[in-house]
Amino acid sequence: MNHISAIPADWPGGFWAHFGTFAGILLVFIIVMIIVLIYLERRVIGRFQSRLGPNRTGPFGLLQGIADAIKILLKEGITPAKGDKLVYWLAPIIAFVPAFMVFAVIPFQDGALLADLNVGILYIAAISSVSVIGVFMAGWSSNNKYSLLGAMRAIAMVVSYEIPLGLAILSVVLLSGSLSMNTIVTSQNIPFILFQPLGFLIFFLAASAEINRAPFDLLEAESELVAGYHIEYSGSKFVMFYMVEYFESLAMSCIVATLFLSGWRGPGLPPVLWFLIKVFAVFFVLMWVRSTVPRLRIDQIMGFAWKFLLPAALINLLITGLQVVLWPEGIPWQMIFANFAIMGVLILLWSRLFKVGVGRVEV
Amino acid sequence: MTLLLSGEKTGTKLEEKFPGSIVESNRDSFLVKSEFLLPVATYIKNTPGLEFNYLASITAVDYDDYFEVVYHLTSLRHNHSLVMKTRFYDRDNPHLPSVVGLWRGADFQEREIYDLMGISFDGHPNMTRLFLWDSFEGHPLRRDYL
Amino acid sequence: MAIRTEPFVINMGPQHPSTHGVFRMRLTLDGEVVVNLEPVFGYLHRGIEKLTEGRTYAQIIPITDRLDYASPMSNNLAYVLAVEKLAEIPVPERAEYLRVIMVELQRIANHLLAVGSLLNDCGAYFTPFMYMWRERESIVDLFDMVCGQRLTYNYMRIGGVSHDVPERFLWALDKFIGRMAFFIDEYDELLAENEILLIRTKGVGILSKELAINSSASGPVLRASGVKWDIRKADPYSIYGRFQFDVPTGTTGDCYDRYRVRIEEMRQSLRIIKQALQQLPPGEVKSEVPPLLRPAPGEAYGHIESPKGELGFYLVSDGSIAPYRLHIRAPALINLTALRDMVIGWKVQDAVVVLGSIDICLGEVDR
Repeated sequence: MNHISAIPADWPGGFWAHFGTFAGILLVFIIVMIIVLIYLERRVIGRFQSRLGPNRTGPFGLLQGIADAIKILLKEGITPAKGDKLVYWLAPIIAFVPAFMVFAVIPFQDGALLADLNVGILYIAAISSVSVIGVFMAGWSSNNKYSLLGAMRAIAMVVSYEIPLGLAILSVVLLSGSLSMNTIVTSQNIPFILFQPLGFLIFFLAASAEINRAPFDLLEAESELVAGYHIEYSGSKFVMFYMVEYFESLAMSCIVATLFLSGWRGPGLPPVLWFLIKVFAVFFVLMWVRSTVPRLRIDQIMGFAWKFLLPAALINLLITGLQVVLWPEGIPWQMIFANFAIMGVLILLWSRLFKVGVGRVEV
Repeated sequence: MTLLLSGEKTGTKLEEKFPGSIVESNRDSFLVKSEFLLPVATYIKNTPGLEFNYLASITAVDYDDYFEVVYHLTSLRHNHSLVMKTRFYDRDNPHLPSVVGLWRGADFQEREIYDLMGISFDGHPNMTRLFLWDSFEGHPLRRDYL
Repeated sequence: MAIRTEPFVINMGPQHPSTHGVFRMRLTLDGEVVVNLEPVFGYLHRGIEKLTEGRTYAQIIPITDRLDYASPMSNNLAYVLAVEKLAEIPVPERAEYLRVIMVELQRIANHLLAVGSLLNDCGAYFTPFMYMWRERESIVDLFDMVCGQRLTYNYMRIGGVSHDVPERFLWALDKFIGRMAFFIDEYDELLAENEILLIRTKGVGILSKELAINSSASGPVLRASGVKWDIRKADPYSIYGRFQFDVPTGTTGDCYDRYRVRIEEMRQSLRIIKQALQQLPPGEVKSEVPPLLRPAPGEAYGHIESPKGELGFYLVSDGSIAPYRLHIRAPALINLTALRDMVIGWKVQDAVVVLGSIDICLGEVDR
């Protein structure tokens, strides 16, 4: 049992005190990060749109998040009369909890995880797919055609994008030789993004689709289905759904930083600081994409997943496997160029050969 | 410059083709009997030289003795326009043939005239009120409404 | 063994962020595909045509502002032209040039709003909308300088315009023209080749040429389908015969063509404003018209090329101080005639994009 032997001998209280303290620290860290990320998102997207973000509440608008939280928690929670009450009540919880659970296996420093599972990344892939059940429950129990449509789209999308996501993760696992998150970081002498540019792209896009972020954000598309599956939620239940999006973005940024950007490794600065810098960098790219790019239609999203990402992920896995077999002790850094070239060729080929989306359907 | 075709000349031409259809005509427009509305409209739409394929607008005016429906037509190819009018004298149940089969642009405009003036158009696929709700009583744009 | 499915009716109701006002569509959906579309109007019906029957000709001008509230200058101009046609009132030269400048500025403002909203409907989270709004703010500030209003300008009068422009307006307009040319190029560069915009709008919502003419579509919707019909060229009103400009047309009539036609029209409007500014003569801005105008009994139909299409006013006068009948030929309502044919067979999200590309304004549709 790795985690018990990892406690220093003079730690007071034993296993459960250790667990409780660090779980508490982790929770606080996550919540603070969420507040910071929400504030950052609003300011950065405001700058992208050539306007200032919120800058009135508190110095530099820092208290905006708290003001919003207070406002929304004071709102009346209206429950649809004909909806299924138990499912309606459970849905935010089921969507919310898995997003929290992912953070247990993210390494902040060498050995500094809440639970050093030796199947870390598999645990993440399994847990994060439970949220979609919460989304479906929300859509169904609201007794509203719009939310049902939104929920159906959500399920189709999330299930389709699980597969390229898993395959991209598999390529990283092949390179590092272990499923444990800590081992993945320690085996990245050169960050895996350079060895796996295609894998990084696939993972980034598939994960954006999983967390319903632009350009795949048609579930919460205000301009189409008016907020999709959480139309009928207000007050504190709505806060939970809103938080889910940010938790999952943060989780995804942490996972990308761990899998592809070599986590906490870096010269000079303390490891936790490096980790935070990388997380913020990935989140910045997410915000950039959100504010710039229009959104795709549902059949185009599905076409993209099945016709583009899945074959590319399979080919990526094959090539990674070949490289690992040919150089079992470590892939030489010259292969970086070969990998980038392969990625360029594949993307060019696919964009010529495949068309995403169905056109007009004859009625 | 869009040439407004003379009502008199067009009126005479149409009188030759459809005897008894034109009631009166002047420089700006010509007045057609409502029974002959569809044949005349088909003729001016399809004849080369006239080819009025664009219906600019349909309006209804409530003169106290009669309702008058005014059609403004344009030919995109020849760049000339025409004003066609027709009247209906019975205030209780005015109805006219619909030109939706010829110009689809008449769809919403005829429904609007039915809604606000009360003139119903025979042959329109969906003769229901457009702006007001279905159980509204009366036709507001008539002179005797308020 | 096939699964039994049945179509269901969804209501894109009057309150919706993307229906450009209180417009309601009842969509019958088979899964995600739209099988039938039924537009429901009347949520903003104010009975404007009945209102005008009790007001004098000059009192109707503020009412026309509220028709298409995204481009009030055009509404004012169309009405005033119809009255001048009816009563045969001459307009001084300077007033004509000022009218043209105002209406072309209004066209740019309207197209900025239309393109920004279209991109917002496509999902580009307000960013292009904000950029275009920045320019629209400059135009609205220019109008503020002239008539003191930011939305309902009430600037045109029967026989001219209400005030002359201040000196700083001409200076500001000059600066604006220089900036705007650069910004239109910037929008074009950022948006024209955007992959996602292309796959969302290219080939979507095609309106064929025959259907467009038959449905009496007008404005950018008609021109994007390949019909080169612009009232400023075909039936020049005011002094449009003196300016040189092109009429952009599209080829296929899909949403992308409608978007491109609007961007090109903005460039042509800038051209017209430049020429008008160079040729602006001094003089008075309003001819003498009695306040209680009594035109001779008769009728007139005055139409202009407003940013949304052919805006026409049909006036019947019986010799008194108020019109006997005023009918407004609203381009937005008539452009919607073909909405059903454009959307059927596409998905729900395409319905929103097609509606955005037609560019309606409910004040005009419902009157």
